[in-house]
Amino acid sequence: MSKKQRERYFQQLQQEGRLSVQQEKNSSELEDERLHLIEDPRSDCKLPPLADLYSSNDFVMLQNMGENIGPLTSSIRSIDDLLERDKVREEDGFPRKIKLGKLVKPGRGTEEKVVVVPTTVEEKFIHDNRFLEQDQGGGGGGGHGDGEEGEVIGEQPVRKGGEGEGTGAGQGKGGAHDMDANAYDLGRILTEKFKLPNLKDKGKKRSLTRYTYDLTDKNRGFGQVLDKKATLRQILETNIGLKNLPKVGEIDPTQFLIAPKDKVYRILSREKDYESQAVVFFIRDYSGSMAGKATELVATQHILIYSWLLYQYGGQVETRFVLHDTEATEVEDFYTYYNSRVAGGTQVAAGYRLINQIVREESLAADYNIYIFHGTDGDDWDREGRETIPELKKMLSYASRIGITIAEHRYTTPGGTEVQMYLKRSGLLVQASELLRLDSMREDASEDRVIEGIRKLVSEEKV
Amino acid sequence: MQLIDQKTKKIMEGCKERAWAAGLSFDEESLEYVVSNRDMIELMPKNMIPTLYDYWVHDVEVLKEKGKYELYPGNPYETVINTRPAISFYNDNNPDWLNVMIFYHVIGHIDFFQNNLYFRHTWEYDLAGQALADKRLIARLRSEYGRWVDYVIEFARGIDNLVGYHNELAKYNRSENGCSSRLDYYFDYFLQTIKQVSTSEYVKQIELFNEYSRKHGKLGEKAFFADVQQKYPEFDASFEKYQQKHEPESPDLLQFLIDYSPFLNKDENKWMKSVLHIIRSTSIYFQPQIRTKIMNEGWASYWHETLFLQDDRITGNEVSYARVNSAVTSMPRVGLNPYALGMRMFYFLEEMADRGCYSYDFRRLTNAEDRREFNRQTGTGRDFIFKVRENFCDFTFLNQFVDQDFVDKNRLFVVGQRLNKERMTWQYYVRSRKAEDYRQMLFASLYHPPVIEIVPEKSTDGCLYLNHRHEGKPLVNEYIANTMLGIEYLWGNPVKLETNEAEVKGGSETEADRGPQVSWTRVLYQMKDRQFSKEALEADD
Repeated sequence: MSKKQRERYFQQLQQEGRLSVQQEKNSSELEDERLHLIEDPRSDCKLPPLADLYSSNDFVMLQNMGENIGPLTSSIRSIDDLLERDKVREEDGFPRKIKLGKLVKPGRGTEEKVVVVPTTVEEKFIHDNRFLEQDQGGGGGGGHGDGEEGEVIGEQPVRKGGEGEGTGAGQGKGGAHDMDANAYDLGRILTEKFKLPNLKDKGKKRSLTRYTYDLTDKNRGFGQVLDKKATLRQILETNIGLKNLPKVGEIDPTQFLIAPKDKVYRILSREKDYESQAVVFFIRDYSGSMAGKATELVATQHILIYSWLLYQYGGQVETRFVLHDTEATEVEDFYTYYNSRVAGGTQVAAGYRLINQIVREESLAADYNIYIFHGTDGDDWDREGRETIPELKKMLSYASRIGITIAEHRYTTPGGTEVQMYLKRSGLLVQASELLRLDSMREDASEDRVIEGIRKLVSEEKV
Repeated sequence: MQLIDQKTKKIMEGCKERAWAAGLSFDEESLEYVVSNRDMIELMPKNMIPTLYDYWVHDVEVLKEKGKYELYPGNPYETVINTRPAISFYNDNNPDWLNVMIFYHVIGHIDFFQNNLYFRHTWEYDLAGQALADKRLIARLRSEYGRWVDYVIEFARGIDNLVGYHNELAKYNRSENGCSSRLDYYFDYFLQTIKQVSTSEYVKQIELFNEYSRKHGKLGEKAFFADVQQKYPEFDASFEKYQQKHEPESPDLLQFLIDYSPFLNKDENKWMKSVLHIIRSTSIYFQPQIRTKIMNEGWASYWHETLFLQDDRITGNEVSYARVNSAVTSMPRVGLNPYALGMRMFYFLEEMADRGCYSYDFRRLTNAEDRREFNRQTGTGRDFIFKVRENFCDFTFLNQFVDQDFVDKNRLFVVGQRLNKERMTWQYYVRSRKAEDYRQMLFASLYHPPVIEIVPEKSTDGCLYLNHRHEGKPLVNEYIANTMLGIEYLWGNPVKLETNEAEVKGGSETEADRGPQVSWTRVLYQMKDRQFSKEALEADD
């Protein structure tokens, strides 16, 4: 949203006297001049970080190997092993070290690929080079060639948009996320190890072009399992036809004549499978105030939820990603969703409105279980939620579950954020406790707390 | 992993002979292996040392973005490792001419490993063999103490970048001047600090000592101190006291823990010391690698280029070679390439020395024309770069030799980066062409671990007080707690760390030159009973 629009909205709220208190005190979001850039210089910048002496090496430079040996995932022990080790660490009194759900996106191929791998970091005392680079944009690096001092020698678009953005036309929307088997694994682990609830009601069944194989068909002559009853019946029929059947009281089965065709078997056959479907909306506040930990927390939680749903629905989850500041926008893929940088003001209602619009226009409510997960830091310029609550009510009319995560900043009082306050006042949390869940945690909460949060958001138990 | 075939080995031997003839010096033996991608995956986390000890973190994808190379002094992708014999690794399907080029490059590295004085401490033993012994020891300990071995490895690795590498190097080449510690104490400390004698008196004392030495030969010192004893009756007592107080200091935190940790010195924990020792010596072994990256790659590139072009066996492949070589050794328009930079430095030094420019006569010249024309035709360029490869590390190398002539000659500049809001682009621009700025930019990108000292005066009540010497950068905040947790475990008592925290204010992306405002606060972190806390310290300076 441009600054002008933002200011107009800000003034409108101010006039109506329902501007958030926090925002009045601190209008930094209004003045926010930053843009929603996509993070991750590794894969998106053509140019290397300016001064990086140590990234080049003989294997890459001379032998053209090394870069393509792929992630270490192939050498990774089973996730279960690692988690077991991690649990023991905790019992020994040391903090956990394995993190799940960090994303690696190998290459810039045509297909977006999200891989979930267990990661860790070896912590040491090292100098922090980031703190100046952020603002200076790289600080300075080496260069070679012509050019006067001050002369611009090259530029690079900030957004990579436009040219061949990942998914080609033939690809279709559904195929955009090739969520690796790892994510499925992660979902399984989340379910098993962290005892997340299994979803009970999987909603409407809908036929899919998926098949299972079952021993339901019968076949004469050969097959996998002999159907004794049907075979006997067939033998009887044959023998009646042959007049080989004496009086009913004197039947001697050993005298039956049996033709090969009389044997009836059960045979493996392809059956259409019926599974429930879900569409999950992930919606995230990427306003200026979300900077840092809050965003990381929300994004991490959303990837975990995504994995878990993927497991629950056997890969049949459709996901939609919505980002909002004072205006909402739907983004193509998790990658953009995950990596878009924060900027701008906050209007929660805009995001909800967009979801309602999508659901209405595509009539998703009829065919899908709809889940909505919203991550925010709890700031909203619209202090009373006057616009948000009606949109939320609309959402409650079709959603199977709405889970709102609030990553509270360190400087706020716990439970005192605007979003939480107006949700409480609205009474929806109690009235629709089946459908609407809210969980607030500190922005620097541990991964365990994040998973605990998921449990709160998705569990069937009443809170 | 298997050895290269006989035919390729023969090519390598041919390369070695040509390299020796050109003046390089290195051991006769070397081992060359063919590696698959599968091998690489296993070798990379172990810094390409096949026999390095096992550690579970090697099996996990390790996030390196934050600290990047700072966390790992060893380059994970070394083609050749500094062992005895040196071991190098090759792709399966390199054509012969490419192997020749790589062999020369590898030989350049081996020569560098075996002659550069920053590798001095690695010359006496074979790391592969040592590592194997260490690996077995760790495996044995693991069978006895289970996962606790891994905790000790983890915590020790947490501080293995703080090893006293330079202290270790300082042990070598220390000239024995025949002065006893008593004599050192008398002249360096007693006279200057305790008695605070005048300069003339000090000189007089030195004269006196020399006279005694001349007169009495070996007994001179004894006679001299007999005199001293008369003049300063308290000298002997003072010297003894000093010796007691100043036990030889531990060169770094790891060694300090090995020497003095009450926890590690308990009988049941003594085994941990050997683990710490392994981590420490492994880390020290790898230290020179990252501190000579530009020189090492430059030296190897210089020689692969020089020797390859003279090699008669590969005629007909010049074009393919040129393509690969230019990719390796071209200066990027934006960015740093240690191969290209180092190689140009060596060519530049050779030329300058050939012209006799590293002389007083040349330095006196102020006229640019004269400087350009200056040529004594000394023919000592080669010798000069051989000396440089022996005696310099990246920092001294850049500090000494990156001058305006070099920067101008290679048309180098410092790149700035800024956001153009209207066009929505990152713009790269020429920020400076001054040698001083270029040097500073290079220094900023060199490996430099923080300096963390033990402060004995403040280490009261059994706690260990550490001080981070401020060098304009804060520590990575997220890592502090867990690193301290590890030190506390190894020390067995609370640990404190004094450091600076930065707060960045303002600064806009559009005007990078103006720079953000940074305000520093001195803080004290404490780890006690695995509880982490922080307090701000009064700014006393």
